[in-house]
Amino acid sequence: MKIDPKTFVKDYNLLVCIQCGTCTGGCPVKFRSPLNMRRLVRQTHFASDPSLFKKPEWWACTTCSTCSLRCPAGVKNVELILGVRNYLANQGEVPSTIREALENTLLHGNPWGRFRDRRIDWAKDLDIKILGEETAEILFFVGCAPSYDPRVQNISISLVKIFSMAGLDFGILGKKESCCGNEIRRMGEQALFRKLLRDNTNLIKKIGVKRIITISPHCYNAFKNEYPELTIPVYHYTQVLVDLIETGKIEMRNGSETPVTYQDPCFLGKQNGVFEEPRKILSSLPGVTFTEMERSRERSLCCEGGGGRMWTEGFTEGIRNAEIRVREANRLGAKVLATSCPFCLLTLEDAVKTSGLSDQIVVKDIAELVADSL
Amino acid sequence: MKKAIGVYVCHCGTNIASTVDCESLVLFSKTLPGVRIARDYRYLCSDPGQDLIKKDIKEFSLEGIVIAACSPRMHEITFRNLLKTAGLNPYCLNIANIREQCSWVHLNKGEATEKAKQLLRAAVARVLRQKALETKKVEIKPSILIVGAGIAGIQAALTLASEGARVILVEKAPYIGGHMAQLDKTFPTLDCASCIFTPKTVEVARDEHIELHVLSEVVGVKGYVGNFKVSIKKNPTYVDVSRCTGCGDCMEACVLKKGALSEFEEGMVARKAIYIAFPQAVPLKAVIDPKSCLFLSLGKCKKSCVEACKAQAIDFEQKEEMIEREVGAIIIATGYDLFDPHLLPQYGYGVYDNVLTNLQFERLLSPSGPTRGEILLKDGSSPKAIAFLHCIGSRDENANPYCSRVCCMVSMKQAHLAKEKTGAEIYEFYIDINAFGKGYQEFYKRVREEGIFFIRGKGSEVFKREGRLVVSAEDTLLGIPMEVSVDMVVLGAGLTARHDAEKVAQVFGINQSSDRFFMEAHPKLRPVATPVEGIFLAGCCQGPKDIPDTVAQASAAAAEAISLVRKGEIEVEPITSWIDPELCSGCKLCVEICPTSAIQFNELKRISSVNEVLCKGCGACAAICPSKAARQNHFTQDQILSEVEELAG
Repeated sequence: MKIDPKTFVKDYNLLVCIQCGTCTGGCPVKFRSPLNMRRLVRQTHFASDPSLFKKPEWWACTTCSTCSLRCPAGVKNVELILGVRNYLANQGEVPSTIREALENTLLHGNPWGRFRDRRIDWAKDLDIKILGEETAEILFFVGCAPSYDPRVQNISISLVKIFSMAGLDFGILGKKESCCGNEIRRMGEQALFRKLLRDNTNLIKKIGVKRIITISPHCYNAFKNEYPELTIPVYHYTQVLVDLIETGKIEMRNGSETPVTYQDPCFLGKQNGVFEEPRKILSSLPGVTFTEMERSRERSLCCEGGGGRMWTEGFTEGIRNAEIRVREANRLGAKVLATSCPFCLLTLEDAVKTSGLSDQIVVKDIAELVADSL
Repeated sequence: MKKAIGVYVCHCGTNIASTVDCESLVLFSKTLPGVRIARDYRYLCSDPGQDLIKKDIKEFSLEGIVIAACSPRMHEITFRNLLKTAGLNPYCLNIANIREQCSWVHLNKGEATEKAKQLLRAAVARVLRQKALETKKVEIKPSILIVGAGIAGIQAALTLASEGARVILVEKAPYIGGHMAQLDKTFPTLDCASCIFTPKTVEVARDEHIELHVLSEVVGVKGYVGNFKVSIKKNPTYVDVSRCTGCGDCMEACVLKKGALSEFEEGMVARKAIYIAFPQAVPLKAVIDPKSCLFLSLGKCKKSCVEACKAQAIDFEQKEEMIEREVGAIIIATGYDLFDPHLLPQYGYGVYDNVLTNLQFERLLSPSGPTRGEILLKDGSSPKAIAFLHCIGSRDENANPYCSRVCCMVSMKQAHLAKEKTGAEIYEFYIDINAFGKGYQEFYKRVREEGIFFIRGKGSEVFKREGRLVVSAEDTLLGIPMEVSVDMVVLGAGLTARHDAEKVAQVFGINQSSDRFFMEAHPKLRPVATPVEGIFLAGCCQGPKDIPDTVAQASAAAAEAISLVRKGEIEVEPITSWIDPELCSGCKLCVEICPTSAIQFNELKRISSVNEVLCKGCGACAAICPSKAARQNHFTQDQILSEVEELAG
């Protein structure tokens, strides 16, 4: 599909922009890149020079959506970014690492280009129903990072342990599972996203489940907000765990005195309003004293793992937000920095290493903490 | 022999004539039964147009008139009056709306003309069956009810009282004065608010024309213009006002340790369960808040207040009381609620002690406030830097889209006072400065000259770093993002409709506009009236306003109200319903459906009857009556069916 940047003004509601700068003021990479959302909106508004779209900062955005959520005028800032990236993708002008991630997803169903056949290696010692061959009430949508990344696989394993103990009737898609497309759309490949959307919708409809549980807030966001024909209720796993704890289906017994804090994933908190559930779980863990970081909930600071930023380098400079977060958590006295998103887990864990704080703080996913306490 | 009908087709300049062939409409009219004369004219509502009709009525002895023109909402009254002066009953008129419902909504002249013909034919058929109706006159009650005793209600009350009118002033809070009583100084003149306002509140209490009810609410309104019957719920204060001297000994004695958050001080300090909101409160009487009073809420207290009260004024037995008053007109002046910044969590309101609303900051400025007018942080120290954030909850699609009009000036006034009192560094984060009033732009310039930093960029969020508050924003004029460290953040919270505005609107039968404020009858030409005759609006209940505008509107509302009640009597529309006693089966469906409680059921005769004075002529009874006993004047079955038949035919 041919994209004409002249339609951006209308497509993304740029005419109503009052240039108040709320977007730029709240941007998590405002000091780390030349990205200035307000200026880009105005420049696009008067776009006459195509070189505008060649600015590298279009790729610095993490799509955390703080700008769009706060915009008093209703400008679709993030959608503009995605529109521009889509335009660039159609021109073949995407950064090479992004191009690889997109091609990998097209060929193998995941952005890392790992073999489809190995998608359920993490589960080989576990007894899990494969939907399509067997039936279950719940689809446990694992997602790409939790399927392949050795560190993130532990979240998948933890959740299987918890769900089994709680007696949930669940299954996974197995080797047929493909990327949800959330980051694909955000990296600008709208056509590939539409393909994934169509394939996944058909597949999920066919296996006939009543509910979907996701690990990643990114998958949760895609299914909940960007799959119009998927009408089955979608839950992030934290929403399910709260219910299992409150109804006594799982009992958390073990734990030692641990000060814990929490990083709100943008796609779970800011964008989808799931703030309470992770906190409820953390507060009910035995021995855990939960403390909030200064910037939490709607004011949380993005870890920079979203919007395709897992596959880009070089569009930002200076100290990473993830490091700022890890240091903040450490200053707070937390021994565990908890999160509930694979990308947050990876960026934060990396930041613990680069900050030299490995002996003082660890990053854990809430699912791991719960599984460890059973 | 059919009635003699005159048909008049208006061109409305080109509004109608460009889309409807008026001449052919005239020719067509002449073929209709009963039509004695048909004419067209450029502007029928003009004097010569009206004279033309008047002359015809005499010359052709016309008994019914059809006007094919604009909506009856525009000129029905004009033409009814014309009929009256020509000696014809005004209800022998029918208007065919060929403008709003025809020429304005069609493009094809041929089709529009055909539709206009149909409308005209139906109108003629109906007018043949219309009957002369007689208007009744009813007396107007001389008293005027004012709901809300802030600056708007007080201004209206005093204006009316000075004219000798009897005023019933109802206030929900235990004291009068509303938000203005909380203010320190007023922009742009920096008058001390209480110096200019207290004389007015005291005058309200003293004026014998004004019957003041505090801690009271209007819970029911019946009747109609000139004859409203209002029910007022007086909540118990648990203090006998005739005995209480306002000495305050009870407050000292109250044992409630933590106290309850003071509403008047915007929750910044605690008050006791028995309290006088502020030293200049009118009436200066103690009240007990039953929610925080240990005895009233839990039944357990040693009642030290009773012991302390030398006047023996405390009365725990006091009960809620309902009173009724008859009034001729009503002025609604219920004011506004401040936007609740909890709804925009990015600003850290409720998280950080030193993030305040503008109204809280106003209390800090006030010599009678919690800090006696000193600008202090929660820990008692002085701020070195203060940020004022504009447009919090206003001009924001995530909150209220409208501009609250006063907050820019409030912020700048507060910045000026803060600079004067503390010498702190002061930042104003703004989008646009809306300084629209007399002397406002000049004030803006003055504040700039005082060295306050104006940063053109909306505050995006507030967080804490190294013990100080940080405001995140962009200096949009330089195009650079910034984080400014300050000690105090003042949120320029906007004005919103009262949280219970919908309930109040229902009680009075008035409407709200999309911003939830009460809707005026016309946004430009009738800004004080409501669509309900006899009910007027004043102040911020109609939309955000500064004090001068509020006072002006309140004075206007008072003038409208008094000119209404001073007429002494009012004509009541004869388009009411009536119930044929021969046909009524006594099922009472009409009694239930009547929105104005105009229908009574006679237990003895087992039939219903309509009070024509209360009836608004909505026709609900006529529609629901299963035995066709309830009928509506001017909308009889015969009239409506003839109209429908011609339209369908």
